[in-house]
Amino acid sequence: MIFTDQNFNQEVENYNGLALVDFFAEWCGPCKLLAPVIDELIEEYKGKSVKIGKLNVDENKEIAEKYNIMGIPAIIIFKEGKIVVQLTGYQPKETLKELIDKNI
Amino acid sequence: MYDTIIIGTGPAGFTAGIYAARREMKTLIIGKEMGGQLIWASEIENYPGFKSISSFDLINKMNEQVKALGVEIKSDEVKKIENKDNKFVLHTSRDIYEARTVILAMGLSPRRLAIPGEEKLTGKGVSYCANCDGPFYKNKTVAVVGGGNSALDAAEILSKIAKKVYLIHRRDEFRGFESLVNEIKARKNIELVLNSEPREVIGENKLEKIKIFNNKTRKEKDLEIDGLFVEIGRIANTDLVADLVKRNERGEIIADEKCMTNCPGMFAAGDVTPVEFKQITIACGQGTIAALAAYQYLRLKQGESGEVVDRSYMKK
Repeated sequence: MIFTDQNFNQEVENYNGLALVDFFAEWCGPCKLLAPVIDELIEEYKGKSVKIGKLNVDENKEIAEKYNIMGIPAIIIFKEGKIVVQLTGYQPKETLKELIDKNI
Repeated sequence: MYDTIIIGTGPAGFTAGIYAARREMKTLIIGKEMGGQLIWASEIENYPGFKSISSFDLINKMNEQVKALGVEIKSDEVKKIENKDNKFVLHTSRDIYEARTVILAMGLSPRRLAIPGEEKLTGKGVSYCANCDGPFYKNKTVAVVGGGNSALDAAEILSKIAKKVYLIHRRDEFRGFESLVNEIKARKNIELVLNSEPREVIGENKLEKIKIFNNKTRKEKDLEIDGLFVEIGRIANTDLVADLVKRNERGEIIADEKCMTNCPGMFAAGDVTPVEFKQITIACGQGTIAALAAYQYLRLKQGESGEVVDRSYMKK
C-alpha cells in the first residue's frame, strides 16, 4: 500500500499489528532495486497480519522528517506503532522476511 | 553441487555468470548487494554500447541477462568457505552450498572512519554516498571527509545542494585533479578544514555534531553539522578467504593472468584483485577470464581437453 503524511498516523502509528514501510524517492537508484523486493513481499504476505508499503519522502516530508530519514532506501518496521527495526540501504528479500517473521 | 559459485553481484560477478552459463556450467551467484559498487555511481558514460545509462538500469539489464541464462542468484552473505575433499563448501547466513570452483568477485566496500558514533548514526546523518543522500541536505550544513577525487567530487555535488560544506582532510593538500581542487577552492560555500581528522560522531537520534582533531595544533573542536559524507576510499573485505588465498597488503586477492589464485579451483575477478584500474569494463573482462578459466580447469581435471568452446549455439 501507499503510505502518506495523511494516512500514516492511522495506518501505521495507530495500527495494532506489524507494518513495514519502505522510504524511497524517484531519484534514488538503490531504491529502484529495492522496489521489486517490496512488491514481492506484498504479494507473499497477502492475507497475513502485516501491512507492507512505500512512502515517497519527497511527497511526504512530514513523516520523513519525523523519523529522521537522512538516507534512502530506508526500511522501518513498526509494531503497534513503535519502531522495532530500522535499516538503511538495499536489503535482500530473505533479510526482510526473517525480520517480519520474527516480529509478527 | 555447483560447477561454480560466484561471490559478488557486481559487473565482474554478472559477467562471470554469463560466461559460465554459456559453457553449461551449473552456476550460482551469491551477493550481498545487487550491483555492487555500481549502485554508488549515478550515470555511467564509459560502458560501450551506452552513451549514458543510469547505474540501476545497467544493473537491472545485467541481472535480467544472467537470470535468462538460467543462473541462480541469491541475496545472501557467504560467512565461511571450506576447501575439502576436492570441493568447496560455502556457508552463508542461511544455507550451505557445495561447488567445484569458486569465483571471488566481491569488489570493494567504502572505508569507514572507525570512530565512535559512526555506525549508530549511519543513515541518520552519516553517509557514504553523496549522490544518493545529497538531496536530503537542501540548505543544510554538511561535511565531507577525504582528500581524493571522490571527496572533492562529493564536496562539489553537495555545494550545489547544501548551504555550507566543510571539506575535512587530514593533510594540507589534496590528492585530486588540479582542476577539481581549484573549482573547490573557488566555491564560496565550501570551507576547507585541513590537517584535521574526525574523532567522534555525536547525536541522539540524528547527527548533531562531530569532534575534529587538528593534527598541527593538537587541538580538538566541535563542528555542528547535519550531514557527514565519508569519502576516504574503498577497501577489499576479503577476510573470508584469508586462510585460502594469497592477498596483498591492501587485502586484494592475488590472481594470475587467468584470474586463478594460489588455491586450485578458486578464481578472483574485478576490483577485489590488485588490478591497476578499477573500472566496470575491466571487471567484466576479468569476470570473463575467470569463468572461462574455471571451465577449463574443470575440463582438465576430468581428463578432457582444455579447449574452451562456446557450446551455447548447439541449443538452438
